[in-house]
Amino acid sequence: MLAHLAAGIGAGLAVIGGAYGIGRIAEGAMHGTARQPSASGDIRTSMIIAAALIEGVTLFAEVVCILMALK
Amino acid sequence: MLEHGAHAAGNVGEQVKNMILHHIINGWEIEVPSSHWGSSVELDSHLWHFQLAGIDVNMSISKHVIMMFVAAGLLLLMALLLRRKIALVPRGFLSMIEGFVLFIRDEIAVATMGKHHAPSYTPFLCTTFFFILTCNLLGLIPYGSTATGNISVTAGLAFVAFVAIQFAGMRQMGVFGYFRHLVPPGVPWWLAPVMIVVEILGIFAKPFALCVRLFANMTAGHVVILSLIGLIFVMGLAISPVTVGFGVFMYILEIFVAFLQAYIFTMLTSLFIGLLVAGEH
Repeated sequence: MLAHLAAGIGAGLAVIGGAYGIGRIAEGAMHGTARQPSASGDIRTSMIIAAALIEGVTLFAEVVCILMALK
Repeated sequence: MLEHGAHAAGNVGEQVKNMILHHIINGWEIEVPSSHWGSSVELDSHLWHFQLAGIDVNMSISKHVIMMFVAAGLLLLMALLLRRKIALVPRGFLSMIEGFVLFIRDEIAVATMGKHHAPSYTPFLCTTFFFILTCNLLGLIPYGSTATGNISVTAGLAFVAFVAIQFAGMRQMGVFGYFRHLVPPGVPWWLAPVMIVVEILGIFAKPFALCVRLFANMTAGHVVILSLIGLIFVMGLAISPVTVGFGVFMYILEIFVAFLQAYIFTMLTSLFIGLLVAGEH
């Protein structure tokens, strides 16, 4: 029971962190594109790579939560 | 849809949970359109089931393996049929595929490893991209199942990417040069033991992240759609307009995610190869 609680809270916390990080990246990319529309392609590529890396770390946390819930 | 889980328990919540698990988890039966064999085909779960050094190994063909065969067959068929139609100005379906291939070559391979190395890795990246994309999309059609929503499948794909990354690094720098590069020049000698541990961890963390990312993204979307459908059975028919609306929205989002995850897997593989081969520029 406690493990389920911990898994749920942990999943939520991991999502907060990941969403904040990806949100900051999107913010930066939008600022960049607005200032320099011609560089939008390069900016989008770097944005997707950085977002994917942050997403990966978040998913590690989610997998830990799943393992906790299934135990 | 619900009768699969009906034998397990009486209450609706349990049945919905079993229905979701039945659709997500690998199994030994394939659902087919109703015909004189019934609504599903049973696969032999003990075809290649043996003990290897005391470990239970089951290499039998399961639902997801069939889905991968279907994906590979479709790609092979597509390649063989389109090969005859290659023209200077492509038309129809061929021009769409050519758009994807050009995108992979110019925006992924050339962008991450430079013009010189890109041609030798573009075929590998195209294969990865189209196979993952086909597997993802096969999970979205009726009677289909998402092979990439199985962690063993994504682990296999990540292992292929791992081998490709190591091979690229060793081909570029030589086997000894590759291991020497684990400690970059200019690092103080007392940092070397720490650097080696961190770099070796990094080598294995990259494909692990690829594996978990693809698996989690493909599974999560399907769980959300199935939960929305299950909500109708839990809360009554009155909620169905809302859940069906959300379900259709999630389905369209899933089509986007299928393309995005195939792109991200290819992009990151290419980036990791590029980090190793393009270092000397």
